[in-house]
Amino acid sequence: MDEKKIFEEMINILRPFAKNQDLLETATMDTHILNDLKVNSARLVDVIIKCEDVYDISVDDDEADKIRTIGDAVRIIKQKLG
Amino acid sequence: MRTRVVVTGMGVAAPNAHGLENFEQAIRGGVSGIRFIPQLQELNFGCQIAGVPENFDDIRKSYFDREKLLSINDNIGYASVSAVDAWKDAGFELNSEDDDTVDWDTGVIAGSGIGGMDTIANIIVPVINEGKVRRLGSRVVEQVMSSGTSARISGLLGAGNKVTSNSSACSTGNEAIIDALWRIRMGLAKRMVAGGSEGATPYIWGGFDAMRVLCRKFNDNPPAGSRPLSATACGFVPGSGGAMLILEELETALARGARIYAEIIGGYVNCGGQRMGGSMTAPNPEGVKRCIRGAVADAGIDPAQVDAINGHLTATYADPHEVRNWAEALERNPENFPYIQSTKSLIGHCLGAAGAIESVAAVLQIYKGFLHPSINCEDVHPDIEKYAQKIPQKCLEFPQMKIIAKAGFGFGDVNSCIIFKKWEEK
Repeated sequence: MDEKKIFEEMINILRPFAKNQDLLETATMDTHILNDLKVNSARLVDVIIKCEDVYDISVDDDEADKIRTIGDAVRIIKQKLG
Repeated sequence: MRTRVVVTGMGVAAPNAHGLENFEQAIRGGVSGIRFIPQLQELNFGCQIAGVPENFDDIRKSYFDREKLLSINDNIGYASVSAVDAWKDAGFELNSEDDDTVDWDTGVIAGSGIGGMDTIANIIVPVINEGKVRRLGSRVVEQVMSSGTSARISGLLGAGNKVTSNSSACSTGNEAIIDALWRIRMGLAKRMVAGGSEGATPYIWGGFDAMRVLCRKFNDNPPAGSRPLSATACGFVPGSGGAMLILEELETALARGARIYAEIIGGYVNCGGQRMGGSMTAPNPEGVKRCIRGAVADAGIDPAQVDAINGHLTATYADPHEVRNWAEALERNPENFPYIQSTKSLIGHCLGAAGAIESVAAVLQIYKGFLHPSINCEDVHPDIEKYAQKIPQKCLEFPQMKIIAKAGFGFGDVNSCIIFKKWEEK
């Protein structure tokens, strides 16, 4: 699956969690999930669970801890999907 | 001179209506909110009827965004919608979350009797038992913590004074209002959001069903099931919902030109100590009478001034005892007894929400000058036959009503009593 498609799905996954909804429309791979989209840090675990469900993958805690930007998440998902 | 406290806003999500206007219409009309609940039949409950606010999923969705809805269970939903309604009714705006202003003068006391049992039963237990604790995500703690309702309300309103949740079984809603009254009287807050809520789930009601204290004889006629004061009362009908009142320092309320519904002139809570006939599940009559007398003394009125009683009156064996306790505490006989009614006859017993919803009924009645019918007691219990003429069977216009007493009693032998007074300008 190409990065563009995963990126688009990530935007959908983040939609219910992002306080900065406007930025979702112009977000890039470098958009920071907490700082820019203003997702509550406690909700990151819910974002990870949603990614796991959507792509039928498993993201362990160490991998999850490294996710800062949308791009970080997209790259981990892409790698898992092979 | 003591700080005076008034009610300036109210919100209610009751089994027979959501919103003040609808609720007033429903109680005036004696409209029952008790319905057959198919799930209770499927689960082999003895009692298969309950009071549950209607269409509440849709109502909740119209109040909160998707992010918040994900962590608002039944209990918190009733509390949050009621709090928002009460806040707006008091003339305040909801500030946006981008607005960093904290209202340091406003606090919240919002209780529940049992709380987020649906979240525990439907999510926490099965997920953990499957060995998938990680999949609980971030949203269960805030839904099952005892302070889940007050915490959510504080976030919605930006309230920065004392924010807490109390719990005293079926006395919870009254107790919240009395605690809020005292906090304002002590000068520690200018206004408080106070009330209670309870979710609608068989996992809350099951324990009561097993105790055989719920009504089992009216599954085929739900509106007749909740029968306080009746000879054929056979247990309470479980209810759910929520209500919040905005209590405010009189001076602050007057300064901002707020509409005042009523003054809270007295409040008292105590416990019968589970002695002298009291137990975990039954009230010590001496405790009940001391509580009523304590509220009357706090109000600084003569017991003869009480015009009406909105009782605890659940439709168990205890109703006639309650009436006698009122008579002795207020030193009144059947001839000069105040009017007495049970809002539970319309909505069932909403547990932790009961005192709050019924206080909204009491305040609305004193503000508008009427008493709603206490339904399903055409056959008044023989032990209190002499008081029958004091139980409104039809809606009674009563503009001269000045004082109404509201009581609540709960498991643990806990008692609460509030004295509301009609607001008069001078």
